[in-house]
Amino acid sequence: MRQDYTYAVSRIRFHENKLLSDADLNTLLSAKDAEAVIRQLKDKGWGDSSTSDNPDELLRRESEKTWELINEIVPEKGNFDFFLVPNDFHNLKVAIKSVTRAQKPDDMFIRNAVTSPELVYDAVSKQEYDRLPDFLAAPAKEAMSVLLQTSDGQLCDVIIDRACMEYVYKLGKQSDEKIIGLYCELFVASADIKIAIRSAHTKKRPDFIARAMAPCESLNVDRLATAASQGYDDVLKYLEDSPYKDAVSAIGNSMSAFEKWCDDRVTEAMKPQKYEPFTIGPVVAYLIAKEHEIKAVRMILSAKLNGLSDDVIKERLRSMYV
Amino acid sequence: MSEILNNSGLFFALLGAAFATFMAGIGSSIGVGKAGVAAAGVLAEEPSLFGKVLIFQLLPATQGIYGLLVAFLIFSNVGLIGTPKDITLQQGLLYFAASLPIGFSGLFSAIHQGNCAVAGINTIVKKPDQMGKAIILPAMVETYAILALLISILAIFAIAGM
Repeated sequence: MRQDYTYAVSRIRFHENKLLSDADLNTLLSAKDAEAVIRQLKDKGWGDSSTSDNPDELLRRESEKTWELINEIVPEKGNFDFFLVPNDFHNLKVAIKSVTRAQKPDDMFIRNAVTSPELVYDAVSKQEYDRLPDFLAAPAKEAMSVLLQTSDGQLCDVIIDRACMEYVYKLGKQSDEKIIGLYCELFVASADIKIAIRSAHTKKRPDFIARAMAPCESLNVDRLATAASQGYDDVLKYLEDSPYKDAVSAIGNSMSAFEKWCDDRVTEAMKPQKYEPFTIGPVVAYLIAKEHEIKAVRMILSAKLNGLSDDVIKERLRSMYV
Repeated sequence: MSEILNNSGLFFALLGAAFATFMAGIGSSIGVGKAGVAAAGVLAEEPSLFGKVLIFQLLPATQGIYGLLVAFLIFSNVGLIGTPKDITLQQGLLYFAASLPIGFSGLFSAIHQGNCAVAGINTIVKKPDQMGKAIILPAMVETYAILALLISILAIFAIAGM
Protein backbone atom coordinates (compact mmCIF):
# COMPACT_ATOMS: atom_id res chain seq x y z
CA MET A 1 0.00 0.00 0.00
CA ARG A 2 1.25 3.47 -0.89
CA GLN A 3 2.40 5.50 2.13
CA ASP A 4 0.29 8.50 3.11
CA TYR A 5 2.18 11.77 3.69
CA THR A 6 -0.77 13.98 4.68
CA TYR A 7 0.87 15.16 7.91
CA ALA A 8 4.23 15.86 6.26
CA VAL A 9 2.63 17.77 3.39
CA SER A 10 0.59 19.97 5.77
CA ARG A 11 3.77 20.95 7.57
CA ILE A 12 5.62 21.54 4.31
CA ARG A 13 2.83 23.87 3.12
CA PHE A 14 3.61 26.12 6.07
CA HIS A 15 7.33 26.12 5.26
CA GLU A 16 6.66 26.78 1.57
CA ASN A 17 5.36 30.19 2.65
CA LYS A 18 8.85 31.02 3.84
CA LEU A 19 10.63 30.06 0.61
CA LEU A 20 12.17 32.97 -1.25
CA SER A 21 10.42 34.07 -4.42
CA ASP A 22 12.04 35.53 -7.55
CA ALA A 23 11.11 38.99 -6.22
CA ASP A 24 12.81 38.23 -2.87
CA LEU A 25 16.00 37.26 -4.70
CA ASN A 26 15.92 40.52 -6.65
CA THR A 27 15.54 42.42 -3.36
CA LEU A 28 18.53 40.56 -1.92
CA LEU A 29 20.49 41.29 -5.06
CA SER A 30 19.79 45.01 -4.78
CA ALA A 31 21.07 45.07 -1.18
CA LYS A 32 24.08 47.34 -0.54
CA ASP A 33 26.47 44.65 0.69
CA ALA A 34 26.73 41.12 2.13
CA GLU A 35 25.84 42.35 5.65
CA ALA A 36 22.60 43.83 4.33
CA VAL A 37 21.80 40.53 2.55
CA ILE A 38 22.41 38.58 5.78
CA ARG A 39 20.23 41.02 7.73
CA GLN A 40 17.37 40.57 5.27
CA LEU A 41 17.76 36.77 5.36
CA LYS A 42 17.68 36.74 9.16
CA ASP A 43 14.53 38.89 9.08
CA LYS A 44 12.99 36.16 6.92
CA GLY A 45 13.85 33.52 9.53
CA TRP A 46 17.14 32.20 8.17
CA GLY A 47 19.53 30.67 10.69
CA ASP A 48 18.56 30.83 14.35
CA SER A 49 19.29 32.94 17.42
CA SER A 50 22.78 31.47 17.84
CA THR A 51 23.82 31.77 14.17
CA SER A 52 26.50 34.39 13.58
CA ASP A 53 26.62 36.74 10.60
CA ASN A 54 29.17 34.54 8.88
CA PRO A 55 27.70 33.71 5.42
CA ASP A 56 28.99 30.11 5.40
CA GLU A 57 27.57 29.43 8.86
CA LEU A 58 24.20 30.93 7.91
CA LEU A 59 23.97 28.81 4.74
CA ARG A 60 25.11 25.67 6.58
CA ARG A 61 22.57 26.23 9.37
CA GLU A 62 19.76 26.75 6.86
CA SER A 63 20.63 23.48 5.13
CA GLU A 64 20.77 21.71 8.52
CA LYS A 65 17.38 23.15 9.49
CA THR A 66 15.89 21.84 6.25
CA TRP A 67 17.14 18.33 6.94
CA GLU A 68 16.05 18.50 10.59
CA LEU A 69 12.53 19.28 9.36
CA ILE A 70 12.59 16.52 6.72
CA ASN A 71 13.88 13.96 9.23
CA GLU A 72 11.16 14.97 11.69
CA ILE A 73 8.23 14.70 9.30
CA VAL A 74 9.28 11.76 7.10
CA PRO A 75 10.38 8.77 9.18
CA GLU A 76 11.51 6.66 6.17
CA LYS A 77 14.89 8.20 5.37
CA GLY A 78 15.38 6.00 2.29
CA ASN A 79 13.03 8.27 0.34
CA PHE A 80 15.77 10.87 0.03
CA ASP A 81 18.71 8.60 -0.81
CA PHE A 82 18.59 9.85 -4.40
CA PHE A 83 19.48 13.29 -3.03
CA LEU A 84 22.09 12.20 -0.49
CA VAL A 85 24.10 9.46 -2.23
CA PRO A 86 26.16 11.93 -4.31
CA ASN A 87 27.53 13.08 -0.91
CA ASP A 88 28.46 9.45 -0.10
CA PHE A 89 30.36 9.17 -3.36
CA HIS A 90 32.08 12.49 -2.65
CA ASN A 91 33.09 11.15 0.78
CA LEU A 92 34.38 7.99 -0.88
CA LYS A 93 36.64 10.06 -3.16
CA VAL A 94 37.91 12.01 -0.16
CA ALA A 95 38.54 8.81 1.81
CA ILE A 96 40.43 7.07 -1.03
CA LYS A 97 42.60 10.10 -1.76
CA SER A 98 43.29 10.74 1.92
CA VAL A 99 44.30 7.12 2.48
CA THR A 100 46.57 6.91 -0.58
CA ARG A 101 48.21 10.25 0.22
CA ALA A 102 48.39 9.49 3.96
CA GLN A 103 46.55 12.72 4.73
CA LYS A 104 43.77 13.47 7.20
CA PRO A 105 40.43 14.11 5.47
CA ASP A 106 39.47 16.72 8.11
CA ASP A 107 36.82 19.09 6.78
CA MET A 108 36.57 17.57 3.32
CA PHE A 109 33.75 15.18 4.26
CA ILE A 110 30.11 16.07 3.72
CA ARG A 111 28.26 15.09 6.90
CA ASN A 112 24.80 14.86 5.36
CA ALA A 113 25.12 11.46 3.70
CA VAL A 114 23.51 8.00 3.81
CA THR A 115 26.65 6.36 5.21
CA SER A 116 28.75 7.85 7.97
CA PRO A 117 31.95 9.43 6.51
CA GLU A 118 33.98 7.89 9.37
CA LEU A 119 32.78 4.41 8.39
CA VAL A 120 33.69 5.07 4.75
CA TYR A 121 37.16 6.30 5.76
CA ASP A 122 37.75 3.40 8.14
CA ALA A 123 36.58 0.76 5.66
CA VAL A 124 38.70 2.23 2.86
CA SER A 125 41.81 2.61 5.05
CA LYS A 126 41.56 -1.04 6.19
CA GLN A 127 40.40 -2.18 2.73
CA GLU A 128 37.38 -3.85 4.37
CA TYR A 129 34.94 -2.95 1.60
CA ASP A 130 32.28 -5.41 2.71
CA ARG A 131 31.57 -3.05 5.64
CA LEU A 132 30.27 -0.51 3.13
CA PRO A 133 26.79 -0.61 1.60
CA ASP A 134 26.69 -2.45 -1.75
CA PHE A 135 26.42 0.72 -3.82
CA LEU A 136 29.74 1.98 -2.36
CA ALA A 137 31.66 -1.28 -1.88
CA ALA A 138 32.25 -2.21 -5.54
CA PRO A 139 33.29 1.27 -6.77
CA ALA A 140 35.44 1.72 -3.64
CA LYS A 141 37.34 -1.48 -4.36
CA GLU A 142 37.75 -0.74 -8.07
CA ALA A 143 38.72 2.92 -7.62
CA MET A 144 41.24 2.11 -4.88
CA SER A 145 42.84 -0.63 -6.92
CA VAL A 146 43.07 1.64 -10.02
CA LEU A 147 44.58 4.45 -7.99
CA LEU A 148 47.16 2.17 -6.36
CA GLN A 149 48.14 0.57 -9.68
CA THR A 150 48.11 3.61 -11.99
CA SER A 151 48.20 6.66 -9.65
CA ASP A 152 45.62 8.10 -12.07
CA GLY A 153 43.41 10.28 -9.85
CA GLN A 154 41.21 11.28 -12.78
CA LEU A 155 40.40 7.67 -13.64
CA CYS A 156 39.62 7.04 -9.96
CA ASP A 157 37.15 9.96 -10.03
CA VAL A 158 35.61 8.71 -13.27
CA ILE A 159 34.93 5.27 -11.73
CA ILE A 160 33.30 6.78 -8.64
CA ASP A 161 31.32 9.41 -10.58
CA ARG A 162 29.96 6.81 -12.97
CA ALA A 163 28.96 4.52 -10.08
CA CYS A 164 27.21 7.51 -8.49
CA MET A 165 25.30 8.33 -11.68
CA GLU A 166 24.27 4.71 -12.16
CA TYR A 167 23.04 4.40 -8.58
CA VAL A 168 21.11 7.68 -8.63
CA TYR A 169 19.54 6.60 -11.92
CA LYS A 170 18.57 3.24 -10.40
CA LEU A 171 16.95 5.00 -7.42
CA GLY A 172 15.02 7.24 -9.80
CA LYS A 173 13.74 4.24 -11.74
CA GLN A 174 12.73 2.45 -8.53
CA SER A 175 10.76 5.41 -7.22
CA ASP A 176 7.00 5.73 -7.74
CA GLU A 177 7.29 9.51 -7.59
CA LYS A 178 7.51 11.15 -11.01
CA ILE A 179 9.42 14.10 -9.62
CA ILE A 180 12.16 11.83 -8.20
CA GLY A 181 12.37 9.97 -11.53
CA LEU A 182 12.71 13.24 -13.43
CA TYR A 183 15.30 14.63 -10.99
CA CYS A 184 17.43 11.47 -11.30
CA GLU A 185 17.10 11.39 -15.09
CA LEU A 186 18.19 15.03 -15.33
CA PHE A 187 21.00 14.41 -12.80
CA VAL A 188 22.49 11.70 -15.03
CA ALA A 189 21.73 13.36 -18.37
CA SER A 190 23.22 16.71 -17.31
CA ALA A 191 26.33 14.95 -15.97
CA ASP A 192 26.69 13.07 -19.29
CA ILE A 193 26.32 16.30 -21.26
CA LYS A 194 28.92 18.05 -19.08
CA ILE A 195 31.30 15.11 -19.58
CA ALA A 196 30.72 15.29 -23.34
CA ILE A 197 31.39 19.05 -23.48
CA ARG A 198 34.52 18.87 -21.32
CA SER A 199 35.81 15.81 -23.18
CA ALA A 200 35.26 17.55 -26.52
CA HIS A 201 37.21 20.59 -25.28
CA THR A 202 40.07 18.47 -23.86
CA LYS A 203 40.04 15.97 -26.78
CA LYS A 204 39.64 12.84 -24.66
CA ARG A 205 39.81 9.36 -26.20
CA PRO A 206 36.47 7.72 -27.13
CA ASP A 207 37.00 4.79 -24.72
CA PHE A 208 37.62 7.21 -21.81
CA ILE A 209 34.46 9.18 -22.66
CA ALA A 210 32.37 6.03 -22.95
CA ARG A 211 33.68 4.81 -19.59
CA ALA A 212 32.80 8.09 -17.89
CA MET A 213 29.20 8.29 -19.13
CA ALA A 214 26.27 6.48 -17.54
CA PRO A 215 23.29 5.36 -19.64
CA CYS A 216 19.96 7.13 -19.23
CA GLU A 217 16.62 7.15 -21.02
CA SER A 218 16.70 10.61 -22.54
CA LEU A 219 20.16 10.34 -24.13
CA ASN A 220 21.88 7.86 -26.40
CA VAL A 221 25.24 7.84 -24.59
CA ASP A 222 26.99 5.91 -27.38
CA ARG A 223 26.07 8.61 -29.90
CA LEU A 224 26.91 11.35 -27.40
CA ALA A 225 30.30 9.79 -26.64
CA THR A 226 31.06 9.44 -30.36
CA ALA A 227 30.04 13.08 -30.91
CA ALA A 228 32.23 14.16 -27.98
CA SER A 229 35.24 12.38 -29.46
CA GLN A 230 34.65 14.21 -32.76
CA GLY A 231 34.39 17.70 -31.31
CA TYR A 232 32.28 20.35 -29.54
CA ASP A 233 30.14 21.18 -32.59
CA ASP A 234 29.21 17.50 -33.00
CA VAL A 235 28.04 17.40 -29.36
CA LEU A 236 25.78 20.41 -29.96
CA LYS A 237 24.55 18.85 -33.21
CA TYR A 238 23.61 15.63 -31.39
CA LEU A 239 21.86 17.58 -28.61
CA GLU A 240 19.79 19.45 -31.25
CA ASP A 241 18.15 16.10 -32.03
CA SER A 242 17.67 15.15 -28.36
CA PRO A 243 15.16 16.23 -25.68
CA TYR A 244 17.84 18.75 -24.61
CA LYS A 245 17.69 20.91 -27.74
CA ASP A 246 16.39 23.82 -25.61
CA ALA A 247 19.58 23.60 -23.56
CA VAL A 248 21.90 24.12 -26.53
CA SER A 249 21.83 27.93 -26.31
CA ALA A 250 22.53 27.71 -22.54
CA ILE A 251 25.46 25.36 -23.20
CA GLY A 252 26.71 27.84 -25.80
CA ASN A 253 26.82 30.51 -23.08
CA SER A 254 28.54 28.60 -20.28
CA MET A 255 28.39 25.47 -18.11
CA SER A 256 26.79 27.46 -15.29
CA ALA A 257 24.06 28.61 -17.72
CA PHE A 258 23.45 24.95 -18.54
CA GLU A 259 23.30 24.05 -14.83
CA LYS A 260 20.74 26.83 -14.36
CA TRP A 261 18.76 25.43 -17.30
CA CYS A 262 18.69 21.98 -15.62
CA ASP A 263 17.65 23.41 -12.23
CA ASP A 264 14.94 25.54 -13.85
CA ARG A 265 13.61 22.49 -15.67
CA VAL A 266 13.33 20.55 -12.40
CA THR A 267 11.66 23.55 -10.72
CA GLU A 268 9.13 23.83 -13.54
CA ALA A 269 8.39 20.09 -13.41
CA MET A 270 7.81 20.13 -9.66
CA LYS A 271 5.35 23.06 -9.62
CA PRO A 272 2.26 20.76 -9.77
CA GLN A 273 3.42 19.39 -6.38
CA LYS A 274 2.06 22.62 -4.86
CA TYR A 275 -1.44 21.15 -5.27
CA GLU A 276 -0.77 17.55 -4.20
CA PRO A 277 -1.89 16.83 -0.60
CA PHE A 278 -1.10 13.14 0.03
CA THR A 279 2.16 11.96 -1.55
CA ILE A 280 5.81 12.58 -0.75
CA GLY A 281 6.09 14.72 -3.92
CA PRO A 282 5.61 18.10 -2.15
CA VAL A 283 8.26 17.17 0.46
CA VAL A 284 10.73 16.24 -2.27
CA ALA A 285 9.85 19.41 -4.18
CA TYR A 286 10.40 21.51 -1.04
CA LEU A 287 13.78 19.87 -0.42
CA ILE A 288 14.93 20.54 -3.99
CA ALA A 289 13.50 24.08 -3.87
CA LYS A 290 15.34 24.77 -0.63
CA GLU A 291 18.63 23.52 -2.10
CA HIS A 292 18.11 25.76 -5.15
CA GLU A 293 17.33 28.65 -2.84
CA ILE A 294 20.50 28.11 -0.79
CA LYS A 295 22.50 27.86 -4.03
CA ALA A 296 21.01 31.17 -5.23
CA VAL A 297 21.70 32.93 -1.91
CA ARG A 298 25.28 31.60 -1.92
CA MET A 299 25.74 33.17 -5.37
CA ILE A 300 24.35 36.51 -4.20
CA LEU A 301 26.53 36.53 -1.10
CA SER A 302 29.64 35.62 -3.14
CA ALA A 303 28.84 38.40 -5.58
CA LYS A 304 28.48 40.94 -2.76
CA LEU A 305 31.66 39.76 -1.02
CA ASN A 306 33.71 39.76 -4.24
CA GLY A 307 32.25 42.90 -5.77
CA LEU A 308 30.75 41.18 -8.84
CA SER A 309 28.15 42.99 -10.88
CA ASP A 310 24.48 42.27 -10.15
CA ASP A 311 23.84 41.55 -13.84
CA VAL A 312 26.36 38.68 -13.88
CA ILE A 313 24.58 37.06 -10.94
CA LYS A 314 21.08 37.85 -12.17
CA GLU A 315 21.52 35.72 -15.29
CA ARG A 316 22.67 32.79 -13.16
CA LEU A 317 19.87 32.91 -10.57
CA ARG A 318 17.50 29.96 -10.74
CA SER A 319 13.73 30.36 -11.09
CA MET A 320 12.21 29.84 -7.67
CA TYR A 321 9.54 27.28 -6.75
CA VAL A 322 7.11 29.80 -5.23
CA MET B 1 -37.97 -22.42 7.32
CA SER B 2 -40.87 -20.24 6.14
CA GLU B 3 -41.81 -19.58 9.78
CA ILE B 4 -38.31 -18.35 10.55
CA LEU B 5 -38.37 -16.09 7.49
CA ASN B 6 -41.80 -14.69 8.38
CA ASN B 7 -40.58 -13.78 11.85
CA SER B 8 -37.32 -12.18 10.69
CA GLY B 9 -38.77 -8.80 9.64
CA LEU B 10 -37.41 -7.13 12.75
CA PHE B 11 -34.01 -8.67 12.15
CA PHE B 12 -33.76 -7.14 8.65
CA ALA B 13 -34.99 -3.77 9.92
CA LEU B 14 -32.34 -3.85 12.63
CA LEU B 15 -29.76 -4.92 10.03
CA GLY B 16 -30.73 -1.83 8.00
CA ALA B 17 -30.26 0.42 11.04
CA ALA B 18 -26.90 -1.19 11.75
CA PHE B 19 -25.86 -0.85 8.10
CA ALA B 20 -26.68 2.87 8.00
CA THR B 21 -24.77 3.56 11.23
CA PHE B 22 -21.85 1.28 10.40
CA MET B 23 -21.15 2.36 6.81
CA ALA B 24 -21.67 6.10 7.32
CA GLY B 25 -19.70 5.87 10.58
CA ILE B 26 -16.75 4.20 8.86
CA GLY B 27 -16.76 6.88 6.17
CA SER B 28 -16.85 9.67 8.74
CA SER B 29 -14.11 8.17 10.88
CA ILE B 30 -11.82 7.85 7.84
CA GLY B 31 -12.62 11.37 6.63
CA VAL B 32 -12.30 13.00 10.05
CA GLY B 33 -9.13 11.01 10.70
CA LYS B 34 -7.47 12.16 7.47
CA ALA B 35 -8.43 15.78 8.01
CA GLY B 36 -7.24 15.46 11.62
CA VAL B 37 -3.79 14.29 10.49
CA ALA B 38 -3.49 17.28 8.16
CA ALA B 39 -4.78 19.60 10.90
CA ALA B 40 -2.20 18.25 13.34
CA GLY B 41 0.53 19.01 10.80
CA VAL B 42 -0.68 22.59 10.52
CA LEU B 43 -0.98 23.03 14.29
CA ALA B 44 2.60 21.82 14.77
CA GLU B 45 3.67 24.90 12.82
CA GLU B 46 0.88 27.43 13.37
CA PRO B 47 -1.31 26.83 16.46
CA SER B 48 -3.29 30.02 15.80
CA LEU B 49 -5.07 28.24 12.92
CA PHE B 50 -6.77 25.78 15.30
CA GLY B 51 -10.28 27.24 14.90
CA LYS B 52 -10.09 27.17 11.11
CA VAL B 53 -8.67 23.66 10.75
CA LEU B 54 -11.17 22.29 13.26
CA ILE B 55 -14.04 23.34 10.98
CA PHE B 56 -12.43 21.46 8.10
CA GLN B 57 -11.91 18.40 10.27
CA LEU B 58 -15.56 18.34 11.35
CA LEU B 59 -16.99 18.51 7.82
CA PRO B 60 -16.82 14.74 7.15
CA ALA B 61 -18.34 13.99 10.58
CA THR B 62 -21.89 14.75 9.41
CA GLN B 63 -22.31 11.51 7.44
CA GLY B 64 -21.95 9.52 10.67
CA ILE B 65 -24.70 11.65 12.20
CA TYR B 66 -26.94 11.07 9.16
CA GLY B 67 -26.44 7.30 9.54
CA LEU B 68 -27.36 7.57 13.23
CA LEU B 69 -30.49 9.59 12.37
CA VAL B 70 -31.65 6.96 9.86
CA ALA B 71 -31.02 4.22 12.45
CA PHE B 72 -33.13 6.10 15.03
CA LEU B 73 -35.97 6.54 12.53
CA ILE B 74 -35.92 2.82 11.76
CA PHE B 75 -35.86 1.98 15.51
CA SER B 76 -38.78 4.27 16.11
CA ASN B 77 -40.80 2.90 13.16
CA VAL B 78 -40.28 -0.76 13.99
CA GLY B 79 -41.06 -0.26 17.69
CA LEU B 80 -37.60 -0.81 19.12
CA ILE B 81 -38.08 2.64 20.64
CA GLY B 82 -41.62 3.28 21.93
CA THR B 83 -44.59 0.96 21.32
CA PRO B 84 -43.58 -2.53 20.09
CA LYS B 85 -44.90 -3.44 16.61
CA ASP B 86 -45.13 -6.56 14.45
CA ILE B 87 -42.84 -6.20 11.46
CA THR B 88 -43.35 -8.50 8.48
CA LEU B 89 -40.48 -9.88 6.44
CA GLN B 90 -41.44 -7.59 3.56
CA GLN B 91 -41.37 -4.50 5.84
CA GLY B 92 -38.06 -5.57 7.35
CA LEU B 93 -36.46 -5.96 3.92
CA LEU B 94 -37.88 -2.59 2.88
CA TYR B 95 -36.35 -0.90 5.93
CA PHE B 96 -33.05 -2.55 5.05
CA ALA B 97 -33.35 -1.23 1.47
CA ALA B 98 -34.14 2.23 2.86
CA SER B 99 -30.86 2.26 4.75
CA LEU B 100 -28.75 1.56 1.63
CA PRO B 101 -28.64 5.13 0.22
CA ILE B 102 -27.21 6.71 3.37
CA GLY B 103 -25.02 3.66 4.07
CA PHE B 104 -23.18 3.72 0.74
CA SER B 105 -23.35 7.43 0.08
CA GLY B 106 -22.29 8.16 3.66
CA LEU B 107 -19.25 5.89 3.35
CA PHE B 108 -17.91 7.24 0.06
CA SER B 109 -18.89 10.89 0.46
CA ALA B 110 -17.24 11.11 3.90
CA ILE B 111 -13.97 9.63 2.60
CA HIS B 112 -13.86 12.00 -0.36
CA GLN B 113 -14.95 14.93 1.76
CA GLY B 114 -12.07 14.11 4.09
CA ASN B 115 -9.64 14.23 1.15
CA CYS B 116 -11.12 17.51 0.03
CA ALA B 117 -10.89 18.88 3.59
CA VAL B 118 -7.17 17.98 3.67
CA ALA B 119 -6.66 19.97 0.47
CA GLY B 120 -8.65 22.84 2.00
CA ILE B 121 -6.48 22.78 5.12
CA ASN B 122 -3.38 23.00 2.90
CA THR B 123 -4.95 25.95 1.11
CA ILE B 124 -5.59 27.98 4.25
CA VAL B 125 -2.05 27.36 5.51
CA LYS B 126 -0.80 29.17 2.43
CA LYS B 127 -3.67 31.65 2.11
CA PRO B 128 -5.56 32.09 5.41
CA ASP B 129 -7.72 34.81 3.84
CA GLN B 130 -9.23 32.23 1.44
CA MET B 131 -11.04 30.34 4.24
CA GLY B 132 -14.50 31.00 2.76
CA LYS B 133 -13.66 29.64 -0.69
CA ALA B 134 -11.61 26.76 0.68
CA ILE B 135 -14.50 25.54 2.85
CA ILE B 136 -17.08 25.64 0.05
CA LEU B 137 -15.21 22.98 -1.95
CA PRO B 138 -15.41 20.15 0.62
CA ALA B 139 -18.90 21.33 1.58
CA MET B 140 -20.05 20.57 -1.99
CA VAL B 141 -19.41 16.87 -1.34
CA GLU B 142 -21.94 17.08 1.49
CA THR B 143 -24.71 17.58 -1.09
CA TYR B 144 -24.64 13.91 -2.04
CA ALA B 145 -24.78 12.73 1.55
CA ILE B 146 -27.80 15.01 2.10
CA LEU B 147 -29.53 13.67 -1.02
CA ALA B 148 -28.98 10.11 0.17
CA LEU B 149 -30.25 11.02 3.66
CA LEU B 150 -33.37 12.53 2.13
CA ILE B 151 -34.09 9.39 0.10
CA SER B 152 -33.52 7.14 3.14
CA ILE B 153 -35.87 9.26 5.31
CA LEU B 154 -38.59 9.44 2.61
CA ALA B 155 -38.35 5.68 2.14
CA ILE B 156 -38.67 5.02 5.90
CA PHE B 157 -41.75 7.24 6.20
CA ALA B 158 -43.25 5.67 3.08
CA ILE B 159 -42.75 2.17 4.50
CA ALA B 160 -44.33 3.24 7.80
CA GLY B 161 -47.40 4.51 5.93
CA MET B 162 -47.88 1.29 3.95
